[in-house]
Amino acid sequence: MARLWIRDGRVIDPASGEDRQTSLLIEDGRIAAWDVTSAEAEQVVDARGLIVAPGLIDLHCELREPGFEEDETIHTLTRAAQRGGFTSVVCIPETEPPVDTQAGVEFIRQKAGRAGHARVLVVACVSKNREGRELAEIGMLVEAGAVAFSDGSRAVQNSELLRRALEYCLMFDKPIFNHPEVAELSHRGIMHEGLVSLVLGLPGIPPEAEDVMTSRDLRLAESTGGRLHLLSISTAGSVDLVRRAKSRGVRVTADVSVAHLVFTDEKLRTFDSHFKLQPPLRSASDVEACLEGLKDGTIDAISSGHAPRAREKKMLELDVAPPGMIGLETTLSMVSTYLVRTGRLTWIEALEKLTIGPARVLGIPRGTLAVGSVADLVLIDPDYEWTVEPSRLVSSSANTPLLGSRLYGAARFVVLDGQLRPALAATNGS
Amino acid sequence: MDAVPRDLLRARETWRHRHLLDLERLTAEELTAILDVAAVIKQESDDCRRKLSWLAGRTVANLFFENSTRTRTSFSLAARRLGADTVEFSASGSSLSKGETFVDTARNIEAMNVDVMVVRHGTPGTPHLLAQQLECSVINAGDGAHEHPTQGLLDIFTIRERCGRIAGLTIALVGDIAHSRTARSNIWGLTKLGAHVIVCGPSTLVSRGWEKFGVEVAYDLDEILPRCDVLNLLRIQFERQATRPFPSVREYALLYAMDRRRLERAKPGIVIMAPGPINRGVEITPDVADGPHSVILDQVTNGLAVRMAVLWLLTR
Repeated sequence: MARLWIRDGRVIDPASGEDRQTSLLIEDGRIAAWDVTSAEAEQVVDARGLIVAPGLIDLHCELREPGFEEDETIHTLTRAAQRGGFTSVVCIPETEPPVDTQAGVEFIRQKAGRAGHARVLVVACVSKNREGRELAEIGMLVEAGAVAFSDGSRAVQNSELLRRALEYCLMFDKPIFNHPEVAELSHRGIMHEGLVSLVLGLPGIPPEAEDVMTSRDLRLAESTGGRLHLLSISTAGSVDLVRRAKSRGVRVTADVSVAHLVFTDEKLRTFDSHFKLQPPLRSASDVEACLEGLKDGTIDAISSGHAPRAREKKMLELDVAPPGMIGLETTLSMVSTYLVRTGRLTWIEALEKLTIGPARVLGIPRGTLAVGSVADLVLIDPDYEWTVEPSRLVSSSANTPLLGSRLYGAARFVVLDGQLRPALAATNGS
Repeated sequence: MDAVPRDLLRARETWRHRHLLDLERLTAEELTAILDVAAVIKQESDDCRRKLSWLAGRTVANLFFENSTRTRTSFSLAARRLGADTVEFSASGSSLSKGETFVDTARNIEAMNVDVMVVRHGTPGTPHLLAQQLECSVINAGDGAHEHPTQGLLDIFTIRERCGRIAGLTIALVGDIAHSRTARSNIWGLTKLGAHVIVCGPSTLVSRGWEKFGVEVAYDLDEILPRCDVLNLLRIQFERQATRPFPSVREYALLYAMDRRRLERAKPGIVIMAPGPINRGVEITPDVADGPHSVILDQVTNGLAVRMAVLWLLTR
């Protein structure tokens, strides 16, 4: 009988609203008891000064294997997840070939299982060959273990296809993850269209590119009754549309990537391609609206938006460099440094969006410390200071604009299925 | 060796920038300093005809990732008029098509002991990124639709030469503002020096956003024409437009081409400029382009003076 006693930590369980000093006992991979003042355990962790929370769950990280192993492999992705405090990651396949067959889903699950650093939840393509024309074999993909369906960064442009997908998925009770962006409006755009793009002469992506598709998607979710998750929304318009749809009872959820809560389009003044993201970094008022949406429950989750790209790809000119930055290893530190320390969110508010919030989007029994639940936890050192450097990152790619930045707060350990493992703050800079 | 006038030595001593990347971040004093140096150089070099030796032993490299004839020629000649050696390098296309990153291309050229690199690129910010990576000075010779600082400076120099001042003048930039780097450099330079700037063109190419920067936005050329001291007619950048921003060239010409009929509505002393190359019959009719109000060819000569001034200030 394997027992792990986590002593005297600040236990924050957003699912139950608990936030207090106490000790937890974990037995055989499950939460056995709270408030355990003494225990005989094979392993004891002194959690004084640490936050003990459910393991983090990421709703939006890009998978690059197979096809783009130079950016990231499944192995390094799960290692990065563990370092960053994530115990479950939802992988949106940006792969070649696209994940639209049972074999594709099984390949990822098998590789992830072998790596064993984090649970990998596979999102499969909603359309065959990710072309946005015909439905993928959704039933068979569910059987193979797909948790949701998405064409990832390629939004489903065809309204009829999306309508059918939402309807068809009702049978399996799985959500469609759509990244809302109308191709004709974002075409050739490099950054948010606004005063900064005007000054820099960079082709803009107007917020309407997102708002128009959000509006369409919500309408289709409403009429079909299907489950819709909007991947990484970024505009005030989207937040408003989702808020109103939720109040009408539409089955919609949404996440926002941590970068879109921290950075604005002003960052493009550096011309640093690490700030070129999809969706683009928006204006300060959009960031405010997203924070507001997080607080009032319109937005369910904060995601990492992890999009690894090899160095040589990001060294290209801004128009040809691919969008994206890595995030698994920095999300928690960014939330801590830029949102909690600045007073924008409390720890329990922030952790809700990183644990139970995403678990509810998926409808999985994770993200909670309730007695009897699977023991996936993170132990956070809120005062840990570190400088982001390539040598401290285990992801295959180091495409982050944070290189050189000093961050505060990081995961020290994760507990995965009852097993204690070291995370970023448990290792020295090397 | 010709002696360098003391004013120029002093100007260079107090110049604090290593690169010239944009006019947005220069102060009014710095802009004036460049214009003053250009005026002295123009005089000393006998209207840029006489060769000086002030930059003997220096090397200026032209690194053009985008086609150009006049800017490139102007920079080469400016460098040689000051006695510098020049290196020419064309690399049309992006890093992606060549398989070599733009940084690697530039580093290779820099390794030939280059003092100043003049960079043109189709993507905004590329000269700025190179400036961070290179030891030598970088001059932006046009980066996409962002800025073209020496073009802005030569336009402003020409206006100052013609009108004797910048402050208080009403200057309209007409045409494709959205895709024009010349427009942006003019806007920053002219507003800092106290001009009233109007941007005028089809609403799909002229953003209301410019009002936030103290610029007047207009769509009706005939309405603003009687108020303007200077018109700068910008070329329609067909190559940068994703979709056609106006229905036809004919319609554009009807609304915005500067022709004799419009000239009659303008102030008698109006100055007509065009950064070139011009689409005759689209932005400007031949009789106006070649008429007495046009300073198009003065702009070309002044381009040499301004570029000599910038090269002088950046080399130390």
